[in-house]
Amino acid sequence: MNATGSNGLDCCSDGEMTQANLPDPEQLALRIQRGERAAVASGLNLLDNKLADARSRSARLLAALSGERWLNDGHLIGVTGPPGAGKSSLVCAMIREWRLSGRTVGVLAVDPSSRPELGGGALLGDRIRIKNSSHDEGLFIRSLANRNQLGGVASEVWPMSGLMLACFDIVVIETVGVGQTEIDIAEIADTVCYVAQPASGDAIQYLKSGIIEIPDVFAVNKSDLGAPARKTAAEIARSAPRQDRREDWDYPVCLVSASMNTGIKQLQDHIDRHRGFLVNAGLLGKQRTRHHKAWVMRLLKEEFGTFGLDLAGGLAAIGERLSENRSGQFAEYERMRQHILSRFKSDNSSSNITIKEHHHEQAVI
Amino acid sequence: MVAGQKKRDQPWLMRTYSGHSSAKASNTLYRTNLAKGQTGLSVAFDLPTQTGYDADNVLARGEVGKVGVPISHIEDMDQLFDQIPLDQMNTAMTINATAPWLLALYIGLAQRRGIDPKKLSGTTQNDIIKEYLSRGTYIYPPGPSMRLIADTINYTITHVPKWNPTNICSYHLQEAGATPVQELAYALCTAMAVLDRVKATGVITPDQFPQVVERISFFVNAGIRFVEECCKLRAFGEMWDEMTLNRYQVADPKLRRFRYGVQVNSLGLTEPQPENNVQRIVLEMLAVVLSKGARARAIQLPAWNEAMGLPRPWDQQWALRIQQVMAFETDLLEYADILDGSPVIAAKVSELIEGARTEIANVEAQGGIVAAIESGYIKRELVGSHMNRLRAIESGDLKIIGVNCFQETAESPLTLGSDGSIMKTNPAAEREQIERLQAHRKSRNDAEVRAALQGLADAAKSDENIMPSSIRCAMAGVTTGEWGDSLRAVFGEFRPPTGIDISIDSREVLGKKDQVTELRTRVANTGTALGRPLKLLVGKPGLDGHSNGAEQVAVKARDVGFEVVYDGIRLTPQQIAQAAQEEGVHMVGLSILSGSHMELVEAVLQEMRTRDLATVPVIAGGIIPQEDAEKLLSQGVHAIYTPKDFSLNTIMADMVDVIRECNGLERLGLLQ
Ligand code: B12
Ligand SMILES: Nc1nc2c(ncn2[C@@H]2O[C@H](COP(=O)(O)OP(=O)(O)O)[C@@H](O)[C@H]2O)c(=O)[nH]1
Ligand SMILES: [Mg+2]
Repeated sequence: MNATGSNGLDCCSDGEMTQANLPDPEQLALRIQRGERAAVASGLNLLDNKLADARSRSARLLAALSGERWLNDGHLIGVTGPPGAGKSSLVCAMIREWRLSGRTVGVLAVDPSSRPELGGGALLGDRIRIKNSSHDEGLFIRSLANRNQLGGVASEVWPMSGLMLACFDIVVIETVGVGQTEIDIAEIADTVCYVAQPASGDAIQYLKSGIIEIPDVFAVNKSDLGAPARKTAAEIARSAPRQDRREDWDYPVCLVSASMNTGIKQLQDHIDRHRGFLVNAGLLGKQRTRHHKAWVMRLLKEEFGTFGLDLAGGLAAIGERLSENRSGQFAEYERMRQHILSRFKSDNSSSNITIKEHHHEQAVI
Repeated sequence: MVAGQKKRDQPWLMRTYSGHSSAKASNTLYRTNLAKGQTGLSVAFDLPTQTGYDADNVLARGEVGKVGVPISHIEDMDQLFDQIPLDQMNTAMTINATAPWLLALYIGLAQRRGIDPKKLSGTTQNDIIKEYLSRGTYIYPPGPSMRLIADTINYTITHVPKWNPTNICSYHLQEAGATPVQELAYALCTAMAVLDRVKATGVITPDQFPQVVERISFFVNAGIRFVEECCKLRAFGEMWDEMTLNRYQVADPKLRRFRYGVQVNSLGLTEPQPENNVQRIVLEMLAVVLSKGARARAIQLPAWNEAMGLPRPWDQQWALRIQQVMAFETDLLEYADILDGSPVIAAKVSELIEGARTEIANVEAQGGIVAAIESGYIKRELVGSHMNRLRAIESGDLKIIGVNCFQETAESPLTLGSDGSIMKTNPAAEREQIERLQAHRKSRNDAEVRAALQGLADAAKSDENIMPSSIRCAMAGVTTGEWGDSLRAVFGEFRPPTGIDISIDSREVLGKKDQVTELRTRVANTGTALGRPLKLLVGKPGLDGHSNGAEQVAVKARDVGFEVVYDGIRLTPQQIAQAAQEEGVHMVGLSILSGSHMELVEAVLQEMRTRDLATVPVIAGGIIPQEDAEKLLSQGVHAIYTPKDFSLNTIMADMVDVIRECNGLERLGLLQ
């Protein structure tokens, strides 16, 4: 066993034991597809792992999990909105209903991290709001810190949501909505639900900012507060630009109360209806393909930088290759990773250092 | 000269907070204490009783008879007060979420013994607000809980007029870190919320209302800064007088008097050199007896071995003797208020009042104390205050003798005893209580029980007072768990915010700055070496409500770069293991202060093994006697921390090393 340098860069070489602990991706994929909780947990850990070997195995795992299901099945739902609006409480209420109807649910709850100069730590406190106290094998919650300090959703969220899609009927991603996160969540989810806080200008301001596509479904929570909630709902209904790109979608606004458990069913019906709309319009698979492509490029860029992307032929070429192989994008992703890695090695005599340095660079972002 | 000729004031009520194992054992203890000159009873209930579970509920496992007496039904109550005349006793019950129920059992017992409930005197603590903020034995959401409090007040005012139906507590807030100003502000906000709620029921006529105000008593804390604490109590008196006059139009000044009982500060009592706690307790007590105008009505003192575990009878006797020396040997009770007229005291009192007024206005602006609890505001403020306190201890700015300075000590004869110098509760208590309970269930009339429970559920659903149907349940032999569950079915359950999401940006770095920087590097590098940021689960298994340690460990861990999952108190070992799995943590840290660590830690380890998590290290902290610590370590727990480990930085460094070791990395050793 190698001693670890104080800067911890020797991870790849001292990882003998760590590597031995890394699971075999193909076997893991089978267990995940069977819905084994331990396998789901260890798959998520693997996707989170930035050691070079783990990245390879992650890509293999994703490749093994991908297929038609990733284009057509399940429902990826993004739940976003300001802190305290009641997103977690609402997700909890929806889970109760979904579970009653026999659907299994995976949840990724994303919380902000502190700034790196403040240690980069995070408090992940949503589990308990989301979970009913009773034990339930059909529900799996993973909380995640939003480590990307430039705003936006941590890059792990997307592959993790894909893994969950392989074994749960519904996958919910809860994020605090602030600017870039919403853009990102719209690039993951099939359906985006914005949870609004009554009597706060957030939702309106957000709609008016016009920087992004508007969410597919609005839920004004805390309807038990009465008038303020109704007023906010009316304002949103007025502001939601109906002439937006998807002409046939009606952007419903629902009044709900997570605490009183009212309006939940209607909200779920709208969310389901949105998925139906995508399927009927032939949009579901297309949208997911578009999302996959964007994230694969983001992952490649995160790991290898623009230099690495160039080694793989540049963005346009990568995009083309991914488009050609719609249900096997991850197999393609891993091929490109290997290609870039081998180019690194042949281009650079002290290749290891480059990769390690590079690796370190992204680790401290 | 012969002293004692002079006219002396009556001393306060002297109590010892006690109860353990079983009703029978506790009854014996009470009768001995009364024989020793104790003038009132203060009942400590076990956690299942406080949280509305029967002794045979899974959630009660390991907790029955541990930190108090288990009371499951009226026969237990009867045994607890065997040979104690209820009409001559003043009984304080530390009971909150289930207060209407325990009061119903007490009234039911009186009726059975042919005693007029109008003759009963005593107190039910019955303050749910501080349960959400500190004490942790809440069950129902705030709305229904406040209604239950109003119900007991409305009921006792006519049927048990000498009873103090609620005791507004600031004691527990200081134990969770509150400053004197926070103690003042939040206690008074709570009193307002209770009185406003009672008023809103419309049951009390306006001319009866001053009586209600008069029945409100307080339970406060007194810390080691005894001059300031004494001023705090004078401030309480002034503010209460003003509030009851202006807000509630109570004309008679006698009905506006601030009546309070005290338990002195226990948070500052130490595990190292525990004999020093005696002088701390004496000084803290001075704060509440010194000034006649602001003197406590009832006092209970902790024992010298507070931070080690439960007190034995001799330890409690010593605490009682402290009070007796103060009351009967000193000349304290011969004088009028000795602080009246002191400009220094008056200035400090004004300063505290001003601070409290500002904070009260702040809470009112947020919609009152219930709203400020639901939003997490007050809990965050308390966690922040406690964090500041620990930071000061760690940096040495706040000196704690024997802990962060003057640590050298000769061997203490006090701690040499073979019993570990603490009370060991009867290990068979749980089994015996369950047998008793199951026999009781068989012996009662089922039809009567069902009818009584139906009546209770109907009352809960309507706005009928909960007391009459609860008393009927008591007489019918209903159990604590049945009462609790019936109301759970109607009201639902509630978990308040944990308050650990304080923003660190606006606060200074915790503890020693250079150590924190070093820790952040270690955490980050270890995370890099393992491939992902270090993730920690802080878990509180069982019914234990002591959250301070878990909160501060969680806050600190986040500050040094951990990703921390903390879901609050009262989780089952199964829930904790499942969270560890789903969250993919590098370490599970358990915090247990209720004395149930052996049962609970073992159960967590077992649950983890069944989930293939045997390689994830488990550590534990809390009130864990040395002997038990060794056993736990041999069962596979990687480290144990107790109150003597006051440096959170040191604990964090050690935790990182445990993770490193378990993953084949070298330990990095002590911080500089
Ligand atoms: C404060 C306090 C309270 C407060 C708690 C406020 C809160 N929200 O936490 C209040 C007033 C509410 C309270 C109530 C009760 N208390 Co109390 N309380 C204490 C007291 C005085 C201090 C505990 C504390 O907070 N210390 C400060 C924190 C920071 O220290 P700590 O938790 O020990 O943590 C340190 C280490 O242990 C370690 N650590 C702890 N956990 C973890 C976890 C991890 C992962 C790590 C790494 C480290 C770690 O690191 C910390 C840093 O130094 C102790 C006695 C004492 N002096 O220790 C009694 C004590 C724990 N209480 C006791 C009892 C009996 C009760 C009650 C059950 C009484 C009753 N019958 O109703 C109630 C009910 C509480 C409940 N719901 O469970 C007993 C327990 C007896 C036993 N174990 O045998 C004690 C020991 C007092 C006694 N001698 O009787 N209590
Ligand atoms: N009155 C009311 N409060 C709610 C409702 N839903 C959630 N809350 C409260 O709003 C606060 C924030 O809820 P949470 O689910 O954690 O919000 P998130 O930050 O958006 O995930 C909590 O105190 C909840 O109890 C609701 O429907 N009505
Ligand atoms: Mg949330």
